[in-house]
Amino acid sequence: MTKLTKNMYFTLAWRNIWRNKRRSYITIASVTFAVMLACTMRSVQLGSYERMIETAARFFTGYIQIHKNGYWEDKTIDNSFSYTEDLIEKVASVEGVLEVVPRIESFALASYDQKTKGTMVLGIDPEKEHKLTEVKDKLVEGEYLEADDQSIMIAKGLADYLRVGIGDSVVLIGQGYHGTNAVGIYPVSGIMKFPVPEQNNSTIYLPLKEAQWLYATGDQLSSLSLVIDKANHVDRIVAGISKDVDLEAYEVMGWKELMPELVQGIEIDNLSSKVMIWILYIVIGFGMFGTFLMMTAERMYEFGVLLSIGMKRIKMQFVIFLEMALMATIGVIAGVMISLPFIIYYHFHPIYFGGEMQAAIEDFGVEAAYYFSMQPSLFYNQAWAIFLMAGILSLYPLIVIHRLKPVKAMREN
Amino acid sequence: MSIIKALNITKTYNSTAVPVHALNGIDLEIEKGEFTAIVGPSGCGKTTLLNILGGLDHPTSGEVSLAGTNITTMQDGKLIDFRLRNIGFVFQAYNLIPVLTTQENVEFIMLLQKRPKKERDERALELLTQMGIADKASQRPSQLSGGQQQRVAVARALASKPQFILADEPTANLDSHSTSALLDIMAKMNKEEGATFVFSTHDQRVIDKARRIITLEDGQIISDETR
Repeated sequence: MTKLTKNMYFTLAWRNIWRNKRRSYITIASVTFAVMLACTMRSVQLGSYERMIETAARFFTGYIQIHKNGYWEDKTIDNSFSYTEDLIEKVASVEGVLEVVPRIESFALASYDQKTKGTMVLGIDPEKEHKLTEVKDKLVEGEYLEADDQSIMIAKGLADYLRVGIGDSVVLIGQGYHGTNAVGIYPVSGIMKFPVPEQNNSTIYLPLKEAQWLYATGDQLSSLSLVIDKANHVDRIVAGISKDVDLEAYEVMGWKELMPELVQGIEIDNLSSKVMIWILYIVIGFGMFGTFLMMTAERMYEFGVLLSIGMKRIKMQFVIFLEMALMATIGVIAGVMISLPFIIYYHFHPIYFGGEMQAAIEDFGVEAAYYFSMQPSLFYNQAWAIFLMAGILSLYPLIVIHRLKPVKAMREN
Repeated sequence: MSIIKALNITKTYNSTAVPVHALNGIDLEIEKGEFTAIVGPSGCGKTTLLNILGGLDHPTSGEVSLAGTNITTMQDGKLIDFRLRNIGFVFQAYNLIPVLTTQENVEFIMLLQKRPKKERDERALELLTQMGIADKASQRPSQLSGGQQQRVAVARALASKPQFILADEPTANLDSHSTSALLDIMAKMNKEEGATFVFSTHDQRVIDKARRIITLEDGQIISDETR
């Protein structure tokens, strides 16, 4: 009984691939290597972006913020807005919003003994803030704030600079609401350590009520930051809130608007990474083209015979296309299968740098670690790239077959 | 009834500085069931004539009708389909598909004709048995001798039940034993299946078996004798 059934084209293509095993292995291996390298590179890259976004949005600004209209253009304490239950209810009622976190933000000079430094002061609702930024987990010394405390939590880098410890009192001097003096002296109740150096070197937390007193804002807020169910629901939630609140009075911003520099930085870096990957694919593509060229040239006589005995050109072209698609598919699957365990492992066990490497990386203001992304797109995008390339390269044999004259093909071989 | 009819066929190759006139006004008719050899020295136009009769090449002028159909002006796609349904080819170098087994090679042409599987299997095995190589059904061409491969090629040519078979120097690469065996088989097929065979050859053993001998020289028929 023969195996040549309705899957004749597949059978022919599959067997043709293995006519020259060594060449096929080399071609498939080159595709495998390219996919493996591209998947790993992209995983690290996207992992870094995800971490940057998460660090910035999830642990600092939140994915969505609501301010008084104009605040983002002119971030002063004077552009604050009144806390109203009606506003909170409207925002909280939008599907996907898990918590509405009030904040007041301003700047102050922090002074202790002979040291002074400019700082960012965040007035927070300690419990709600933790739901947004998990700030309690950053505490490395002392106690977490209570809503009624009259003390501060200070970031470790800043504490080290000012040389303050738990129980020491720090003087805050700044400008309050509509030009009032904002002066206070607060004992340090907790010290926190943040992974992002900029945040770690300049942040002070105060309970919301105490910050409102310091800056003389009454019940005013700088922002409402939102805890949401999923990061990719940002656009939908922003649209939902924008329908319910008065956009003359308030501005509703997603993380991309809140951090345009970050978005732009990621886009530029992402573009350069894509260019690198395409260069890699083009190099691999030349190797694949060499194989396709040889496969075509050495079978001209056979094509001539097949055409003579009555095989239509389109069927021959289909078989050749299948051969290339099969080799590309095997290479892609092998590349993904090899890189996948590696990526999965490092996704759950990021690579952290220490020593001089850590210091050097942190000088650029980023966390000294490699995070690996597991976005499905990083795998299927490589597959598409390979298939697209194989598709383009397969045009050559398809054109050769289209123009083939059986007598000429058989005579010239 | 003529199954092959060629009228005033000429073929000129212009690929060189001086045009080469491969065929000069060939008129030819071949009846169904004939066992014909086209003979002549190398370069006399045997293969060119066979290619034109098989629709593999176009004449510079003249007309070819096969089984009542003028193929000279036929479109490429239709011509391929016509060849599939009407003509069997046997080439000098066997030309089997190397990745298919013997039986699959014979079956292949029937698959292209979309014949049912049962019919394909039966016909392929029947032909391989007639060729005396049924025991080689599952072997690949590279595992067969030249004579065996050529027998598979004949089986493949017959598998599609063509109107006629064109064989270009089918014994050129065979030893005398294989040549004799192949000729016996083709003669048997001609007799039993009524298959029309047209050979190009300069092999005397083939010429001896043929019932009609057309001799070409310088692209012209110089003799046409039936025995």
